[in-house]
Amino acid sequence: MDFLIFKAPMLMVQASLDGILLGILFALIAYGMALQWGVMNIINIAQGDLVILGGYIAYTIYLWGIHPAWGVIISPILMFFVGWGLYKLVINKVVDRDLFISILATFGIAIVFQQLMNFIFGADVVVAQSEYGTTMLFDNSVTLPNSKIFSAFISVLYAIALVIYMKKSKLGRAIRATAQNARAAKILGVDTEKVYAATFGINAALCGIAGALISITLTLHPYVGLPYTVRSFMIVIVAGLGNLPAVAVSGMGLGLFEEFADYILGTEFRIGAVFLLLVLILVYRRFKLSKKREYLK
Amino acid sequence: MNKIAKLFVTFISAITLALVSFTSSFAKVEGEYIVLGSAISLTGKYSSNGVHTQNGYNMAVDRINKMGGVEVQGKKYKFEIIYYDDESNPKRAAQLAERLIKQDGVHYMLGPYSSGLTKAIAPVTEKYKIPMVEANGASRSLFTKGYKYLFAVLSPANQYLEVAIDLAVEKNGGKGVKIAQAFEQDAFSQDVRLGILDAAKRTGSEIIIDDKLPKELNDMAATLAKVKAVKPDVLVVSGHTKGALTAIRQISEMKVDVPMLAMTHCDAAKLSKQHGKKSEFALCASQWHKNLSYKDKFFGSGKKYAKDFQKEFGYDPPYQSAESSAALLVFKDAFERANSFDRDAVRDALVDTEMQTFYGNIKFGPGGQNVAKPMILFQVRCKGDDCENRVVAPTKWASDKFYHPIPKWSERS
Repeated sequence: MDFLIFKAPMLMVQASLDGILLGILFALIAYGMALQWGVMNIINIAQGDLVILGGYIAYTIYLWGIHPAWGVIISPILMFFVGWGLYKLVINKVVDRDLFISILATFGIAIVFQQLMNFIFGADVVVAQSEYGTTMLFDNSVTLPNSKIFSAFISVLYAIALVIYMKKSKLGRAIRATAQNARAAKILGVDTEKVYAATFGINAALCGIAGALISITLTLHPYVGLPYTVRSFMIVIVAGLGNLPAVAVSGMGLGLFEEFADYILGTEFRIGAVFLLLVLILVYRRFKLSKKREYLK
Repeated sequence: MNKIAKLFVTFISAITLALVSFTSSFAKVEGEYIVLGSAISLTGKYSSNGVHTQNGYNMAVDRINKMGGVEVQGKKYKFEIIYYDDESNPKRAAQLAERLIKQDGVHYMLGPYSSGLTKAIAPVTEKYKIPMVEANGASRSLFTKGYKYLFAVLSPANQYLEVAIDLAVEKNGGKGVKIAQAFEQDAFSQDVRLGILDAAKRTGSEIIIDDKLPKELNDMAATLAKVKAVKPDVLVVSGHTKGALTAIRQISEMKVDVPMLAMTHCDAAKLSKQHGKKSEFALCASQWHKNLSYKDKFFGSGKKYAKDFQKEFGYDPPYQSAESSAALLVFKDAFERANSFDRDAVRDALVDTEMQTFYGNIKFGPGGQNVAKPMILFQVRCKGDDCENRVVAPTKWASDKFYHPIPKWSERS
C-alpha cells in the first residue's frame, strides 16, 4: 500500500503530469518574486495574498456572468495598478532599507490584504467554474483537468511574453539596468523610482494572472495566501535570482517533488517534505543570497 | 497644571474602576435582563459561520423575549447577550471569556463557533464555574476532559459519518466494505475519522486509503489518483468547506468513479450552489435539516424556523444557526427548572435537561454532549441545474431514497 505508485505505473504518469502542471503555475508566481527581489532587494511576504486578490478579481467577473478565463487578462491589468499603488504607498519607504524592514512591511501588507479580502469577499471558500472538461489519456487511467492544462499554457505564454519584453523594451532594459546597479542606472538617466514602481506593478500583475488561474483550478479563501508565498520563495531560493529558465525548472521540480512525496511519504508529510527541502537548501546555500546581491541577466 | 491634570486622571480612573467592580457583581441579572456572554468570530476565517451562530442566538433571544421571556421565582426576565469579536483566534477567545466573566460579570456563557475556539474557552468557564451551553463545538475531545460546566446541544464529531458506513455495508448485503478516506489534520476532522475507524471495526470493513490532508493543502489530486487506482466502495472526505469544495472539483475533473461519496460541511460550503450538478449524489452529514419532524412551542417546526429565519436574515438557515438557537431554548428551560440564578443550581438543572426543540431532542451525556439526537445524512440531488439537499437517513425522516451506487462519470450528462 505504501508504495502504490510503484505497483501502478499509470500513477507515476499521473503524478508527474499533475506535478509539472502545478509547478508551472508556481513558477509564474516565483518569477514575479525573483524579478522584484532582484531589482529591489525586497522579499515580498504578501506575494501569496496578491495571488489570492487576483483570484478574487477573476471570481468577481465570474459572478457577473463573464467566463473566469477572462480573468487572466483583466486581473493582471487591475493588479498592476494595485502593485503600483502599493509601491507608492509603502514599498518606496522601505526599498533602500535592509531586508528585515521590507519583510516586516510586506508582512503587514499581507495581514491588511487578508482582512480586506475577508471583509469584501467574505470568509467562505469559493471556486469559479471554467467548465473546460477533462482530457483522458491511456484509456481513462490518466485524467488531466483541462483547466490545469489551460493554466499551464497561459503561464508559459505570459512568461515568454515577459522575457521578450524585458529584453526588447525600453522599460525592460531600464529594469535590468537598475537590477545590475541602481546607482549607475540613475546616473545614466534611468528614473529608478519609476522602474521600481513598474517592477512592483509587473510582479503584482503576474500574481493576478496566477490568481485568476487558481480560481478555476483550485480554491480561493482570504487566508490561503501564505503557502503560495512560501512556495515561490522556495523556487526562487533554489533557482537563484538571475536565472529565469532555472525558475521554471525549479518550479516544475518542486511540483513533482510534492506529488511524489505524497505517494511515497504519505499525504500528511507532503507539505512537511517541502519545508524540509527548503531548510536543506537554505543550509546548503548558506544564506548566500542575503550576502551577495544577484541580478537579472 | 500638570499635577492637577494627573490628579484628575487618577480620580477618574478610580471612579471608573469602582464602577466596573460595582456593576460586575450584579451583571449576571440586570433589572429584568438575564445577561449571557459570548465570544464569537465576527472577523477572521470563521466569520461567516460566526455570523450564522450569532444570527441563531439573536433569533432565539428575540423569540423568547417576545413570547414572555424566562420566568424565575414568579418574575419574568428577558435574555440579553454581550458579544465580543474573537477574530477567529483561540487565544483571543480565551481572553474574551475571562473579560466577560471578570469584567462584565457574566455568569452564563454561550459557546463560540468551532471546536477549536470552544476548546480554548472551556477551561476558562470551567475555572470560574460558569455554565456554558455551546452549539458549535463538536470535537470529541471536548467531552472526554470531564468538564462539568460544558453542555453541547450538538452530536459529537465522531458520529458525523458513522451512519454513512452503516449505509454502505447495508447496500453491500451486510458485508464489510472497502473504505478510502481523506481527512484534514484538525481536531474536528480527525474526530470524524475516529468515528469511521470505529464503524469500520464494527462492520468488518477495511480501510484501504487513509490520507491526512495538511491544513494548507488545496489540491487533492494525489489522493484521488490513488482512489482511482484502488477502487474503494466508499470515499469519505472531511476537511471543512475547503475540503468539500476541493473534493467535488477534483473528483469531477479527474472523473473519479466511486459508488458512494460521503462528506461533511456540504451546506456550509454551499456545495450544490457552487458546484451544481457536479456535486450530485454526494452524501453529507448534518446536525439538522429543516424537514425533520421535531417541534417546540417557540419556533414550531424546523420548516417554520427556516421560514422565519429567511424572513429575518434573508437566507436559508444553515444548521449552525439552528443549533445556536436551540442553545437559548436549553438555557431558558434550565433557568425555569432551577427557579434560581445560582450558577450551580442552573448547572444542575442543565444536567437534567431532557427536552424537544425544533432542532432535535436534547439530553446531555456525562461528558456534556447531546446524546438524544442522531446525525442525519442528506444527499445532493438535482433536477436540471437545480440542486438541493434531501434527507436519506435515518429512514424515519428520509424524504428520498438513498441513491446508490453513484453512476459513472461517463454515464452522467
